[in-house]
Amino acid sequence: MKPTEPATLRVDALLDAEFGAHVLPAPIDGSPSLRFLADFAESRIAVCGAVMLAFFALAAIFAPWIVPQNPYDLAHLDILDARLPPGSRSGSDGGLDAGGSTMRYLLGTDGQGRDMLSAIVYGLRISVAIGVISTLCAAIIGVSLGLVAGYAGGKVDAFVMRTADIQLSFPAILIALILLAFLRPGLGNIVIALVAVQWAYYARTVRGTALVERRKEYIEAARGLGLSTARIVFRHLLPNCLPPLIVVATLQIASAIALEATLSFLGLGVPITEPSLGLLIANGFQVLFAGKYWISVYPGVALVLLIVALNLVADRLRDLLDPKLRSR
Amino acid sequence: MKRGGEKLCRALLEVSNLKTHFFMKSGILRAVDGIDLTVRAGEVVGLVGESGSGKSIAGLSIMGLIDSPGRIVDGRITFNGVDLIGLDDEAMRRLRGNRIAMIFQDPMMTLNPVLTIGTQMIETLAAHQGADRLSKSAMRKRAVEALGRVGIASPHERLAAYPHQLSGGMRQRVAIAIALLNDPDLIICDEPTTALDVTIQAQILAEMQTLIRKSESALIWITHDLTVIAGLADRVAVMYAGRIVESGTTAQMLEAPRHPYTRGLIDSTPAAAAKRNDRGIERGLAGSSDPASRRLAQIPGVPPSLAHLPRGCAFRPRCSRATEACLIEPPAVVDGSGRSLRCFHPIEAGARH
Repeated sequence: MKPTEPATLRVDALLDAEFGAHVLPAPIDGSPSLRFLADFAESRIAVCGAVMLAFFALAAIFAPWIVPQNPYDLAHLDILDARLPPGSRSGSDGGLDAGGSTMRYLLGTDGQGRDMLSAIVYGLRISVAIGVISTLCAAIIGVSLGLVAGYAGGKVDAFVMRTADIQLSFPAILIALILLAFLRPGLGNIVIALVAVQWAYYARTVRGTALVERRKEYIEAARGLGLSTARIVFRHLLPNCLPPLIVVATLQIASAIALEATLSFLGLGVPITEPSLGLLIANGFQVLFAGKYWISVYPGVALVLLIVALNLVADRLRDLLDPKLRSR
Repeated sequence: MKRGGEKLCRALLEVSNLKTHFFMKSGILRAVDGIDLTVRAGEVVGLVGESGSGKSIAGLSIMGLIDSPGRIVDGRITFNGVDLIGLDDEAMRRLRGNRIAMIFQDPMMTLNPVLTIGTQMIETLAAHQGADRLSKSAMRKRAVEALGRVGIASPHERLAAYPHQLSGGMRQRVAIAIALLNDPDLIICDEPTTALDVTIQAQILAEMQTLIRKSESALIWITHDLTVIAGLADRVAVMYAGRIVESGTTAQMLEAPRHPYTRGLIDSTPAAAAKRNDRGIERGLAGSSDPASRRLAQIPGVPPSLAHLPRGCAFRPRCSRATEACLIEPPAVVDGSGRSLRCFHPIEAGARH
């Protein structure tokens, strides 16, 4: 209140005194992100998922420092140790661990005499990296296209969304297979294939939200303030479209990892010298029923746990972020 | 309440024969159908009408914020000598929020929920200053000043607040502060107090009065509430079905309305009802008589659909003075004092219903 305007503002001063508590911001306990974490932790199963996810992520990041053997270093592998059952020691002196002493294979060895535990952790690393990188690229491309389509409307919207519709009308695996058949297998190409398959999900999700949000008055107010279109779209519209995107992205990481495993299993994925989880499963597939189960089963278990953990977290995020599912 | 005549010389905004139509599948909606409006520098013009009379669309047309299926089909909008309709998007963007600002109706909706007050204010400054000319700290200072001007306590801390942490009245103050940031020549206020409760409305109105007295900005105040206009505006234009049916100075319009619709609007205010009941008691917040006997007068009927306007004068079906002559559209007649009227059967000065 300006003290220089007593005549007109006396009423306001009185009102402010009267309703002072009203005018001050309501106290909130903790920052929004802390409150969100507390809400998330209310579901125990989601916390389990998050803990598993953290465990997998740490294992993937610190793989070279925690595994007993570098599975890519041929000098440390011994072909004579091929397909040893879990728990056995290296039969010859060829199988060495990272320190140079004789290996003990906790989860057995594969056809090339690799320690399965080390191979799984390294495979996890590749699977997670491909999942995260392809999801990020697909999200950036899909979100940009979807936002622009939702904001601009008209022909731009029709073109982008019809393309997405065509894309989504084919099974993801089919498109990825065709693309990889043309591009040749390889790490980079598998990421390209996954991005090509996934961008449409983001575009469709964000466009739906953007259509709702852009009709809200704050967008009109931002236009009324003379902000540039790019600023309105990416600074004002995008943050308001994020909640459903976070859910979609979490689910899409899981499906990207599963799709990569499928492609690798089919032999169109990563090179055989650097196996991902899918390729490890494929490598043991021929001897699965000959009693040498561990080559396929353990990477399979790791893959299933990873995808289940991602889905548990995504489910909880959806419960919290989707206003339609929010009961409170 | 009104400011001196010395400022009211130069025409800042001239709207002539503005037509904004909406091309819907069901037909053409003539939301604004040929309005003329002049706003001089520093002047407060009230634009009054019922819901759906086209007053908000008129405001948005001036701002250049009409989206498809709407389009300005005819007319001129001249602002500071520049034709706004012919202006390209970038030039228009530079005017918006800078020379012409707008304050919207619902403060719950007009602030972005995920950005802090400070971010939204600094963005507005940056959009029109260029980050090279004003440093971030200088912009923060301007933002704090602007918040202080609209009566927000401890503005420094408020910069870090999100809109949901503020009450409705506070949010509208923030919206007003944002509109004032670049000292615009013209502010279009689209019912800025309608969504607020009465006590907060009174505060905001009182503050707007002191603010406009101090600033050089002209105001177009869009409202359906004549009592708000009475204390605020220099001139009033009354809109009905996309047209301005009567305009003049606030005193002329309120003391001696000539269009039957203006008359009806004034008679249907609580103040007018009180005046009718205890004549002689001063106009305003009379509360002495028994409330049960104070029935508000009303205009019979409902506003016409803009897609199916009646032939001739749009107010004809609701008007007690209508005759055959009203089947022809009455032209706008301007008298010597600058007062304009669209009616064949105006109420004569001094005559009572």
